[in-house]
Amino acid sequence: MFQGVGSDMLTLAASQPELPGIDDFMPPEILFQGTPFAMNRIILVRFIAMVVILLVLGITAARAKLIPSRWQGAIEWLLDFVRDSVVYEVMGELRGRQYVPMVTTVFLTVMVFNLCGIVPGLNIAATATITMPLVFALWTLFQYLITGIREQGLWKYLKQELFPAGVPWPLYIILTPIQLLELLIIKPASLTIRLFANMIAGHLLVAICLAFTQFYIIEASNHFLAIAGIGWFGLGFALTAFEMFVAALQAYIFAVLTTVYINQSYPEED
Amino acid sequence: MDIITLAEVTGSISILGYGLAALGPALGLGIVVGKTVESMARQPEIANKLQTAMFIGLALIEVLGLLGFVAIFIA
Repeated sequence: MFQGVGSDMLTLAASQPELPGIDDFMPPEILFQGTPFAMNRIILVRFIAMVVILLVLGITAARAKLIPSRWQGAIEWLLDFVRDSVVYEVMGELRGRQYVPMVTTVFLTVMVFNLCGIVPGLNIAATATITMPLVFALWTLFQYLITGIREQGLWKYLKQELFPAGVPWPLYIILTPIQLLELLIIKPASLTIRLFANMIAGHLLVAICLAFTQFYIIEASNHFLAIAGIGWFGLGFALTAFEMFVAALQAYIFAVLTTVYINQSYPEED
Repeated sequence: MDIITLAEVTGSISILGYGLAALGPALGLGIVVGKTVESMARQPEIANKLQTAMFIGLALIEVLGLLGFVAIFIA
């Protein structure tokens, strides 16, 4: 790949930068090896993130005052954002009130877990393996199934989902299996894949930029290459900022889609 | 007759597949975002609602591109 730059110019200490790969997401187990509770780095990151969320929200809630301090104002702004611009915007206040706790939990947890990817020392998003997004997606799946059955009864719900009204009946032969697949598999699977693939892609992008920075500035013996290293560092810095944006955006999208899916379980009023 | 190898590709070809998989979603995202901006310019007062709708559409399209990305690791 880099032979084109003129390989005689590159008299390098190490001939290749240490590029990150898929192994980053399967780190060795560090605690409780061999038991079902075996922990690796990513699970440890999850626990740290969980403790941070609980402490920050718990302490803020315990010290809440009528006239909010600046920090309390920021937290309240975040909670208001989820309630007003995610849940009430999609569902309306009357219907949405009971889902505010769930969507807030999903939003805050996913956002903090995503942000772990750019915290120095943690350096990997806690949602970057398939398990964590899958847990949230299954929660969403069960929530919208339960909501549909509770609001409409099993048969009416299945009829609305599998046999949408206003379609000529021969089309049901094609449509019904697709609808069933979408209801049970595609919705949760797309939630899962979107989140963890985004996090993997973001981690790889940032890590590749920083690996090239390290390679060109420190390991390459030709010091003119440090200029390229500075370029890579700038790109890595910009991508880190972009990852911050993506972390919040993905949390927002996850929360909005959860709300939309639950809202679809209600009877269509017409 | 022996099969003569004229050209050889080494490494993972799925990366090329990812490039192809990104094409369709790229067009879709362009249309979605462009139309939303157009509508927001026409009716700025419902910009928030349009934005929510845009993000939902965005997310549904985005997953198509990401499927191609995941396929790199599966293959």
